[in-house]
Amino acid sequence: MTPDTHFREGLAAGEIRLQRCATCGTHIFFPRVLCPACHGTDLHWIAASGAGEVYTFTTVRNRPEKGGDYNVAMVELAEGVRMMTRVDGDPHEVRVGMPVTAYVGQIDGAPAVLCRRAEG
Amino acid sequence: MDHALRGKSAIVGLGVAGLGEAPGSNSWDIMAQSAQAALADAGLKMKDVDGLFCAMMEDSMPVLMAAEYLGIRPRHVDGTLTGGSSFVNYLASATAALDAGLCDVALVCYGSNQRTASGRLVTASRLPPYEAPYKPRYPVSGYAMAAQRHMHQYGTTREQLADVAVAARAWASHNPQAFTRDPITRDDVLAARMISDPLGKLDCCLVTDGGGALVLTRADRAKDHAQKPVYVLGAAAESTHRQISQMPDFTVTAARESGKRAFAMAGVTPSDIDVLQLYDAFTINIILFLEDLGYCAKGEGGAFVADGRIAPGGSLPVNTYGGGLSCTHPGMLGIFTIIEAAHQIRGTAPGLQLDGVDLALAHGNGGVLSSQVTAILGSEATL
Repeated sequence: MTPDTHFREGLAAGEIRLQRCATCGTHIFFPRVLCPACHGTDLHWIAASGAGEVYTFTTVRNRPEKGGDYNVAMVELAEGVRMMTRVDGDPHEVRVGMPVTAYVGQIDGAPAVLCRRAEG
Repeated sequence: MDHALRGKSAIVGLGVAGLGEAPGSNSWDIMAQSAQAALADAGLKMKDVDGLFCAMMEDSMPVLMAAEYLGIRPRHVDGTLTGGSSFVNYLASATAALDAGLCDVALVCYGSNQRTASGRLVTASRLPPYEAPYKPRYPVSGYAMAAQRHMHQYGTTREQLADVAVAARAWASHNPQAFTRDPITRDDVLAARMISDPLGKLDCCLVTDGGGALVLTRADRAKDHAQKPVYVLGAAAESTHRQISQMPDFTVTAARESGKRAFAMAGVTPSDIDVLQLYDAFTINIILFLEDLGYCAKGEGGAFVADGRIAPGGSLPVNTYGGGLSCTHPGMLGIFTIIEAAHQIRGTAPGLQLDGVDLALAHGNGGVLSSQVTAILGSEATL
């Protein structure tokens, strides 16, 4: 099974799977066959805790008839990886540093990592 | 000790075609017209070209398509595609190829008709699979997120970003080749329609048609040509990522490393440079590159560009042709940063010509702040 397939099967099971390098301890996203930090190949899968924080974001302006403005965010998970995702709710109220909880939701019928605001 | 390739090649021909709107031409036509213009400028013929350096958005093997269209059989080609920085990258690879004798006459060329063809940015890029579901607007959302982080971390303001656009337009207002020439104010930039916060329409580059080309030869035969040669003193690259989510720090680009190595190769420092041509796809680029190339400390770029410092009459001339923000931006801008840098050294700028330019910097950016390439060009006096 490719690392990508393993990640996607995790999403289908409601789990955000990350790789952890057994050699140097780095957590890895996106999934791959070697550690980008030490280039070791002894990688293990873990389930992300979901705890995270908004590193940066943008509000993509979009006509109301096309669904209106929406958020695109970079979220850093507690494990140290960063991924593109979307923070639920009013896009104009997202802030850098805002604590969030990542979960598996759906975009256009496919499972995807989304974030809800966590209690600061 | 001098770097082995310092000053070993020279730009001997410059050409542009189809700037702005070029109805009736496709991208290959514009590329070919630019190539012919650059060869005519150099006093060379198409049949003299034996090294071809080309990237286009329309084909997966653009350098082969270009050679076929031009009717040449180059013995050395380079079609490396690092986005808009590709053409600045070719200054390094063409210099090495010329010096090694892989070719004698290097043609670097590009063209696009994206304004008249579609009116939107044409890119060969496909959104990476881990980013596509979130529908970032490519590439502006990536740059917007870099700007947002810079604002958060350093207090940079939208007003300071706007000053970059105002300066670009002020330069463009003197350039008959520029697509937009009516002066704008900070308030105009702030009031423009938002695209991807914190960037509005006037924080974004133009979408135009246009093409550009350069001819390079070894330095020892550069004076045989019609124009005053412009020597490649330094050229260096570094890349950090492809997907914006993988950028190590959204406020620091690889220009820090490409710049450091280009300055070292040229044997000059930032304060020696007379004029800078920086890849301004978005206003935030200029702030990041001025910091990373050593013109101000990290985080101080916003204050640095305020109050006209980089505008006509300011102490540091940046993008004297109007840049991608106000002159032209046919999908990839890199070649135009080199063309304007070379014009300023030759004394042949289409817009405002500065006095006494001996050293110019051209900086290319590709992808989403992914690839950074810095080149330093000089007059004969700098050899």
